[in-house]
Amino acid sequence: MMLSKGLKRKREEDEEGKEALAVDTWWLDPGHPAMAQAPPAMASSSLFDLSVLKLHHSLRQSEPDLQHLVLVVNTLWRIQTCMALTAALPPMPSLPTAPGIADNLLASSDASLSASMASLLEDLSHIEGLSQAPQPLVDEGPPGRPTGGAPPSLGALDLLGPATGCLLDDGLEGLFEDTDTSVYDSELWAPASEGHKSSPEDGPGKEEAPELDEAELDYLMDVLVGIQALERPPGPGR
Amino acid sequence: MHQPPPASSCSSSGSCECARVGVRLSALAPAAAPCPAPRRLPRPRQLEPPSRGTSTLIRAGLGPWCSPTGSPAPLSCETGCGEGSWILVCRLLVPTQVSLLSMEEDIDTRKINNSFLRDHSYATEADIISTVEFNHTGELLATGDKGGRVVIFQREQESKNQVHRRGEYNVYSTFQSHEPEFDYLKSLEIEEKINKIRWLPQQNAAYFLLSTNDKTVKLWKVSERDKRPEGYNLKDEEGRLRDPATITTLRVPVLRPMDLMVEATPRRVFANAHTYHINSISVNSDYETYMSADDLRINLWNFEITNQSFNIVDIKPANMEELTEVITAAEFHPHHCNTFVYSSSKGTIRLCDMRASALCDRHTKFFEEPEDPSNRSFFSEIISSISDVKFSHSGRYIMTRDYLTVKVWDLNMENRPIETYQVHDYLRSKLCSLYENDCIFDKFECVWNGSDSVIMTGSYNNFFRMFDRNTKRDVTLEASRENSKPRAILKPRKVCVGGKRRKDEISVDSLDFSKKILHTAWHPSENIIAVAATNNLYIFQDKVN
Repeated sequence: MMLSKGLKRKREEDEEGKEALAVDTWWLDPGHPAMAQAPPAMASSSLFDLSVLKLHHSLRQSEPDLQHLVLVVNTLWRIQTCMALTAALPPMPSLPTAPGIADNLLASSDASLSASMASLLEDLSHIEGLSQAPQPLVDEGPPGRPTGGAPPSLGALDLLGPATGCLLDDGLEGLFEDTDTSVYDSELWAPASEGHKSSPEDGPGKEEAPELDEAELDYLMDVLVGIQALERPPGPGR
Repeated sequence: MHQPPPASSCSSSGSCECARVGVRLSALAPAAAPCPAPRRLPRPRQLEPPSRGTSTLIRAGLGPWCSPTGSPAPLSCETGCGEGSWILVCRLLVPTQVSLLSMEEDIDTRKINNSFLRDHSYATEADIISTVEFNHTGELLATGDKGGRVVIFQREQESKNQVHRRGEYNVYSTFQSHEPEFDYLKSLEIEEKINKIRWLPQQNAAYFLLSTNDKTVKLWKVSERDKRPEGYNLKDEEGRLRDPATITTLRVPVLRPMDLMVEATPRRVFANAHTYHINSISVNSDYETYMSADDLRINLWNFEITNQSFNIVDIKPANMEELTEVITAAEFHPHHCNTFVYSSSKGTIRLCDMRASALCDRHTKFFEEPEDPSNRSFFSEIISSISDVKFSHSGRYIMTRDYLTVKVWDLNMENRPIETYQVHDYLRSKLCSLYENDCIFDKFECVWNGSDSVIMTGSYNNFFRMFDRNTKRDVTLEASRENSKPRAILKPRKVCVGGKRRKDEISVDSLDFSKKILHTAWHPSENIIAVAATNNLYIFQDKVN
């Protein structure tokens, strides 16, 4: 899935079996130079905020910069994984905030993150003009060329990208409109979101999704701002 | 939003009354008169004749390098970038797109119109240079800007009387390459900014170049006209058709010399093939095809065919949610027309061979350096994203630029680069701030010199860096108005990282991150470089006896 690939893998001799599950744990080492400045949870949270804001801002553009978007999303995933891991561990003595509050925060942030991420990414695929269903298709054909299902023999001549395949995708969306995809969604977000129905349905639910995002993000922001002083590093010299 | 330049924008010297410069895309009718050749730039005030070094070794074509003390230094083939050996040739301002003149600025207007240059304060965002490229002989230098214009500079012809003016470039042609467009299907505005310009090798008297914005590539022909036919039978002197009844004699039209005119005409428009933003174009060594790359796809075109292209790379996942990597740059091998490379946002380079299959999704070679565990951070992936990839002239190496380093790779070794150069490692501790203000996403380019012995790239604070691959020496220079008098020797700059700051050093916190050198170019055979800083184009050359 998308976010599990966000981490840049370290190349090892025998990496084939391990890639999908490898998770960096360098940030748990208190002696690591990158984490020497602030306790991991606090540095992660402020970066998390920042990244979510960037992501939101980027998606609000009429035509988002795909590279910027992908890099921000991948970074967000790293931060989220880090936050989830620090929540899972016994509280470290250096953490100023109460572990209980932090745990709840991170748990709810995972859940709301998953909701906002799924809908934001859905927005992205709509923006790109290819109305592909965000939930995985139950009856998928063999993973072929992404250009809207054009037969391989025509693959060499890619004439008008967006036009091909739209009708097909609409048809499939209609087929699976009523499918409950909460099972798939909870698998995406392993740590703390079991049973949480995250992805809003296509179609009638779509219009409500943006408002849900903003409300949840605002709530998240308020809570984080309220209990922690956001330590913003000094701005660069201008 | 960019306003098209007024038809009567005056961009040459005072005696030319509002002549249009260049041929605009909309004015392709035969009646449109190409502009007269632009006047020469005013000569820079000559402060002193260039000082003579004490070296007695003079190499034809390339001057010897002189150290600041004037003592002889090894030839440029041995040390590419000795300290203090670059001088400013000229600083060129691309003509301002929008007339910002008001009543109180009349006096300045007159002064400005008499010279080609406009003051920096009148420049608009449309004037920001977005690409710089020498042609294959180095005679021409093209720039593209955010306003969709292309300005071509031509090298001053050498003459015995004015040896000191060698290396100066003057405006040769200006034209509007791309206009802002509106995609009605997606309700999106398509920017007219020129992302890349690439020259075709010259095969006849005319020059050809490709220019591209986010969506459309265009082939432009730039040609000179210095003769005009006169004495038509069916048309009078003004071009109006004559009544055939009034024609009593016939004559043969003759070609008469005229003032040199340079006209640019669009010969091909390659459109509708890219869903995402085009980041690279590259002309193939067969001179018949070229490729254009966007975030997820690379297409192969034939110059003669505009209504179709071949898709040769497609990394778009079936489900956009699975997208984790985009294409950032692509280039053809300089000699092997079947080979090309493309770089990604994850810091990888893939080399592909078009003979292997029509669709090059599977690479022939995969270049990636293992991550350094001690330098890992949340931003590791962002700073590893490659912003530019360039083959060496020899075709043996590729150079990549990521946020903090420039790397040289040997095509025969995929697991790590053979050389890594730190561009501005002092920024490593500032990544969080740079992420906050989005500077971490800046896309710097990199270039080779003609002999592949020196590489150059830009940085912040209008600094740019050169690395000599042989001597391992490097230098930081600055392209700025304050420090540059014509023919003055550039002083090497140094950034102070911590502790006591020396007199001429600048501290990291004082760097101006809004002044970034993203685009540079190196003359194909001589030590002349072009550096773009916002709307300024600086041309530097090595010091010559």
